[in-house]
Amino acid sequence: MQATASLNHPAASTSVSDTYNYKIVRQFAVMTVVWGIVGMLVGVIIAAQLIWPDLTMGIPFLSYGRLRPLHTNAVIFAFGGSALFATSYYVVQRTCQTRLLSDGLAALTFWGWQVIIVLAAITLPLGFTSGKEYAELEWPIDILIAVVWVAYAIVFFGTIMKRRTQHIYVANWFYGAFIITVAVLHIVNSAAMPAEVLKSYSAYSGVQDAMIQWWYGHNAVGFFLTAGFLGIMYYFVPKQAERPVYSYRLSVVHFWALIFTYMWAGPHHLHYTALPDWAQSLGMIFSLVLLAPSWGGMINGIMTLSGAWHKLRDDPILKFLIVSLSFYGMSTFEGPMMSIKTVNSLAHYTDWVVGHVHSGALGWVAFISIGAMYYLIPRVFGLRQMYSVPLISLHFWIATLGVVLYIASMWIAGVMQGLMWRAVNTDGTLTYTFAESVKASYPYWTIRLIGGVMFFSGMLIMAYNVFKTVSAGKAYDAPIPQDLPAGSTPMPAFAKAASPAQGD
Amino acid sequence: MTEHLTALWHWYVTIATIVSLIACAIFLKMQTTRRLPKGEKAELHGNVWDEDLAELNNPLPNWWRWLFYITLIFSALYLLFFPGLGAFGGKLGWSSTGQYQAEVKQAEAEFGPLFAKFEKTDVPTLAKDAQATAMGQRLFLNYCAQCHGSDAAGGKGFPNLKDKDWLYGGDPAAILATLNNGRAGVMPAMIDAVGGEEGVKEVVSYVRSLSGLKHDAALAAKGQAKFAICAACHGQDGKGMRALGAPNLTDNIWLYGSPEETIAESIRHGRNNNMPAQLERLGPAKLHLLTAYVWGLGGGEPPIATEPAAPTVPAEAPPAAAAPATASAAPTKK
Repeated sequence: MQATASLNHPAASTSVSDTYNYKIVRQFAVMTVVWGIVGMLVGVIIAAQLIWPDLTMGIPFLSYGRLRPLHTNAVIFAFGGSALFATSYYVVQRTCQTRLLSDGLAALTFWGWQVIIVLAAITLPLGFTSGKEYAELEWPIDILIAVVWVAYAIVFFGTIMKRRTQHIYVANWFYGAFIITVAVLHIVNSAAMPAEVLKSYSAYSGVQDAMIQWWYGHNAVGFFLTAGFLGIMYYFVPKQAERPVYSYRLSVVHFWALIFTYMWAGPHHLHYTALPDWAQSLGMIFSLVLLAPSWGGMINGIMTLSGAWHKLRDDPILKFLIVSLSFYGMSTFEGPMMSIKTVNSLAHYTDWVVGHVHSGALGWVAFISIGAMYYLIPRVFGLRQMYSVPLISLHFWIATLGVVLYIASMWIAGVMQGLMWRAVNTDGTLTYTFAESVKASYPYWTIRLIGGVMFFSGMLIMAYNVFKTVSAGKAYDAPIPQDLPAGSTPMPAFAKAASPAQGD
Repeated sequence: MTEHLTALWHWYVTIATIVSLIACAIFLKMQTTRRLPKGEKAELHGNVWDEDLAELNNPLPNWWRWLFYITLIFSALYLLFFPGLGAFGGKLGWSSTGQYQAEVKQAEAEFGPLFAKFEKTDVPTLAKDAQATAMGQRLFLNYCAQCHGSDAAGGKGFPNLKDKDWLYGGDPAAILATLNNGRAGVMPAMIDAVGGEEGVKEVVSYVRSLSGLKHDAALAAKGQAKFAICAACHGQDGKGMRALGAPNLTDNIWLYGSPEETIAESIRHGRNNNMPAQLERLGPAKLHLLTAYVWGLGGGEPPIATEPAAPTVPAEAPPAAAAPATASAAPTKK
């Protein structure tokens, strides 16, 4: 174990306005780890239920149908959401060189978000659901989400407005796009007519309802799980690699192309349904167009390492960050392929989709969050690094193996299911019954469970490491540098040789 | 389908799509800069944030630009040939409905004769035909096994199809009628009619006595008096009534189970059983094969002479006459 050393902070004047608000970052960072463990534990339980259907002994609130939305909500909104709040508050302050607009509103977002998560953890197992995937929470909770989100937007954009730097750093473009779009998506898709306190009916009906749901659903992937996490990437990868971002121009092009194109892609969730053919086609082609903008982010992240590849060898945090980009590239290639109608007719409704989602959710979203947390947590507790770097390494390897087992088993299971469902005998009857495809899936579900347990174990290792780190450190709010902001700050060492300011 | 689009929406979708694709290409073109000659390093873009965050200004990678262009070109071509631009259906005239219909037509041409071959053969003969039985079983496993089990032995609330006990009749015509039109078996809640919980207990005892199960004789005697109201459907002798699908209560075969509490539940709250109609979904030829398969499972009753065995007759509910008092007509229950 490596010793953790305290930073020698300058005995800065401790007036609040002279420091960054790290309290909110600490709160969300710790809850990222807590909710990660909770959400992934539920994931492990439902993966086990597929193998042992009677695992939870028929207790209704532990049944698969109720735990599954709890799992998705917990990992996306509780774990992923906390990671986004923590990092965006950290990044926006440091790159704008100013304290958050309002400590009170920021605190409201923390406590509000935690209340929402707890309400979700109560109502979903009790069976209260609007039935919309990734938007299951009932209307009173939806209203609370909208309120917290508006507060978040005010704090974030207010901080940008009062920045002391000249330009807005690229990470903040992505955080900003994520915050604005999620507000729009959430409000439009959750529009409903309340019937009772915990029961409502969607404002839309039939195929329009399905289309709006998947316009929401795919953009939840595109903005919550992609744009927000690209914001994380654009700060933490160059920071940890100590290298400049590869290409400003690429960041401009892929940012606008990404946020523009994602909006169109939702209908690929509704191929071969009652959705009109023209809408299905537009969903498909814009999903294909989305490939290059997605890869733009991956290239910009990975190429940032050029000249510093050796750092990958012994820096496990950088390993998390760079491997996350590899998974990002892989799943954003897989996604457009799966959106092609002919491929989709094989892949749809199979475990292939589950594997695809997890290569994004575990490989990309969780990995980049974990890497960012290992960077950020010691810094907001006044330390130089985590309690144990070898434990980060162990976490990295166990999690990587876990993801690989998970997605490889789901690929095999998914393609097998797709082929079994469409196989016909010489008399035109189906070769396999559905139950036979279920039976054939057991070995792969077992491998998936093993992969999931490994990933979950990694989170436990992280929790221990974080606990020891937090115990060794103490709450620390970094002073805001008072020198002149960005444009005129001295160039960092690597930049000395290059000529300055090439306008654009 | 395109017919939902008014002219306004057609143009809205078409223009928005074309402008979007072209705008992507123009944007990409605008952002293309001089490639760096070998050896020349990209410059920094100027700003520095948070002490050391900076951005180089490398040009867009060439292969990446071309990847982007290719997807745009592919999209434009796709929209030329397939539906996408509003009401414009594409040069190929493809539609998902058309694809489905073509596939069904092809399947019918390919497999139709195979099924047609069996349509003229009567059920008892088909049941002995190995090929017909194999095809019937495959159909059964895909469309019937979800409820009746892959061995056709049923489950709680789902009739066993292998025994000689039939709710609606076990001759070919009755089985076909069940398949064609489905069945709705309804037993109303009887708790008030039998006089509350006490009455339920008594009737339960009597019903169990009919099958020779352990029961309290005194309670059963009281229950017998109250059974009159049950007899409307289950018959005075408790042997059921096929016209209504009312189970025979005397054969110790149970649809929901014989434990006292289970029977009490049926009396207290009633039961609502539904077999969905299959004619529209599977068509007469397949249902003929399924009839033969089910008939041949072990409980098939001889065809009723007056009824032609021809399977294409979508019989109405089996005539009451088809339920001879002698038959062990009871519902399949377990």
